[in-house]
Amino acid sequence: MCLHKVNTIKELYDLYDNLKGLLDIKKGMADVSRKIEISVCGGTGCHASQSEKLKDELIRFAKEYGVEDKVKISITGCFGFCEKGPIVKISPDHTFYIKIHPEDAERIIKEHVVEGKLIEDFLYVNPATSEKIRSQDNIPFYKKQHRVALRNCGLINPEVIQEYIANRGFLALAKVLETMTPQQVIDEMKKSGLRGRGGGGFLTGMKWEFASKYQNEKKYVICNADEGDPGAFMDRSILEGDPYSVVEAMIIAGYAIGANEGNVYIRAEYPLAIERLSIAIAQARKMGFLGKNILGTNHSFDIFIKYGAGAFVCGEETALISSIEGNRGEPNVKPPFPAEAGLYKKPTIVNNVETLANVPVIFLDGAEEFAKIGTEKSKGTKVFALAGKINNVGLVEVPMGITLREIIYDVGGGIKDGHEFKAAQTGGPSGGCITKEHLDIPIDFDNLSAIGSMMGSGGLIIMDDRNCMVDIAKFYLEFTVEESCGKCTPCRIGNKRLLEILTKITKGEADLSDLDRLEELSNIIKDTSLCGLGQSAPNPVLSTLNYFRDEYIAHVKNKYCPAKVCRALTKYEIDESKCIGCGNCARNCPVSAIEKTDKPAKNPRLFVYKIKGNDCIKCGTCESKCPVKAISL
Amino acid sequence: METDKQKFDELSAYIDEIGATSHELIAVLHRAQHIFGYLPREVQEFVADKLHIPVSKVYGVVTFYSFFTMEKKGKYVINVCLGTACFVRGADKIMKEFETRLGIKNGETTEDGKFTLSSLRCVGACGLAPVVQVNGKTYGNATVETVSEILKEYGGE
Repeated sequence: MCLHKVNTIKELYDLYDNLKGLLDIKKGMADVSRKIEISVCGGTGCHASQSEKLKDELIRFAKEYGVEDKVKISITGCFGFCEKGPIVKISPDHTFYIKIHPEDAERIIKEHVVEGKLIEDFLYVNPATSEKIRSQDNIPFYKKQHRVALRNCGLINPEVIQEYIANRGFLALAKVLETMTPQQVIDEMKKSGLRGRGGGGFLTGMKWEFASKYQNEKKYVICNADEGDPGAFMDRSILEGDPYSVVEAMIIAGYAIGANEGNVYIRAEYPLAIERLSIAIAQARKMGFLGKNILGTNHSFDIFIKYGAGAFVCGEETALISSIEGNRGEPNVKPPFPAEAGLYKKPTIVNNVETLANVPVIFLDGAEEFAKIGTEKSKGTKVFALAGKINNVGLVEVPMGITLREIIYDVGGGIKDGHEFKAAQTGGPSGGCITKEHLDIPIDFDNLSAIGSMMGSGGLIIMDDRNCMVDIAKFYLEFTVEESCGKCTPCRIGNKRLLEILTKITKGEADLSDLDRLEELSNIIKDTSLCGLGQSAPNPVLSTLNYFRDEYIAHVKNKYCPAKVCRALTKYEIDESKCIGCGNCARNCPVSAIEKTDKPAKNPRLFVYKIKGNDCIKCGTCESKCPVKAISL
Repeated sequence: METDKQKFDELSAYIDEIGATSHELIAVLHRAQHIFGYLPREVQEFVADKLHIPVSKVYGVVTFYSFFTMEKKGKYVINVCLGTACFVRGADKIMKEFETRLGIKNGETTEDGKFTLSSLRCVGACGLAPVVQVNGKTYGNATVETVSEILKEYGGE
């Protein structure tokens, strides 16, 4: 489709009237006999499972079966149900096929499209009832979700701007430019109660207001797409599935604070997101949504992409600004806040991707409507990247105030392999854990801080009885030690010392006084570090120490790891009642630590074997060689 | 084979084309690493000259960001994701297996220049955890057996 410049607000409304039927089939509103649309998930997870090839195969078979005029096959953004990917959705009947691979393409075209039959073995099966579910809306994973920030992901083709416009795209911008003053825009934002989704939870409208108060001919809007929390991928999915809403929100933010330039700071590790965003910006420029005198008004705005280069600390706004300026990404002391002196010392606002994706909705439906979702002080929804020991790994968007129990058991389908829930980590390396006793508190910014965790950017890692909490704390500390920029001493050296103590504990070399030192040092680092990275780095330690002290004590006092994760504190044993005396283990042991005893084995002509505890190096070879699984930790 | 001079010319043309100043240092280094595969001293000196900034500043930036490397990488770069989702599903075991099988540590390259073993933090494919990437190609739900299969596929066994 060729892109024409949209010169006035009226032209945009006309264009919308022309385009709004474009998504009717996907929304299930059109006549079934007319046409079929097949949407193939193009999110990272599905992309890695060959969804691009799947799309090509579908197109090839559509031609082969002579139905290419009847079906439209396209890539969409993330459906969120990554565990069951690659996902294929067929409209208008909303059939939701899971785990589809390129070799399944022919069956979809032949059976579903040509013969009009439902392919039952591609459907989702509800594990609780064994019932096959056809439509996306009826799958339990989606029932409690409320998609605001992800409203276009899985619906529009992320490379076709017309489809975005068809779902009211850029109409928020038109409304703002036509009917509101910058102050009114800020007031509406404040009224909506939207808080920053990057971690801090600061009121977005307030941030905008601060920047608008400082007079300067040059101001900047920055979109923070440096999603560093390992295990969080919502910003990436939004940019891959709906880059346009971020573009539109940045233009609106520019109008509100009086800025005419925007920068998106994005991780170089996200090539697909970069590509889709570049396409979106180029299209928006061509259509006149970016550039001089947008839609014939006095507002001019353009957006540029800046690349990160792999530094977690660059998610902190002052460090991010240093990085855009071409420097080492080291944070600076606040104040001055970026709103006063940010990028190139000009007034700047830094907003996270998910925050921005919510903005157009606030103006389309009104702040009051938006504020109806959520709790009293945390409005709207939150996108969580649900991962770890959970059945339904994926991206979920739920209203603020939902309980962790609902997320884990209703949306997430419970713990993997029937194990027991132990803890959930929110906020990644800066956050803390939520335990069983807090499963029923409503999740919002304030409740999470109250129990020593934090909302963070939305990584939600579920852990079960097979995870050792000391090991998890150590994992996060390894991360922060590696990512500390080194500018301030408490973070650079303090965290390293914390990690050393944790390592000692996992090796069984620590004593009880180490636990006190761990706590004391954690508090010092929290109080004295320069930026958010250092101030929050000890959180995983403090929170696991608070809720799982008994596990720490087991490591220190009893030299025992209850979850059997810390190698030095576990030992392999041969179950005498299972041993058949074959001797496989002893022959394969690299350090000859297994010997024959004089006890008869199951086969009475042979004898059971035994591991000499002191010689064993815990390599696990015997466990993998034992034919009857008699050896375990 | 592209000669070094051609590579420097390509980088030079890029810098001129975008009219780079010191503010675009990171973008220039990204391009330089794309062209050369790594950022040896000569390349850093060249960039410093072109942008009229001290080499120390270029070096400071190169060493700060984990994406930049001053060492030549192997033909196949094996990246084991050590993000949280992969970690809780046993990514550390996958890393150990690669280390044992290749006889190198995380961050090192095999002597024949064939494999570089490194780690990264979250590729965003947590539904497939644990994840291994080889030259950008993703292998999901990795197990010890996957390690063998990957090494076989790239002729490492």
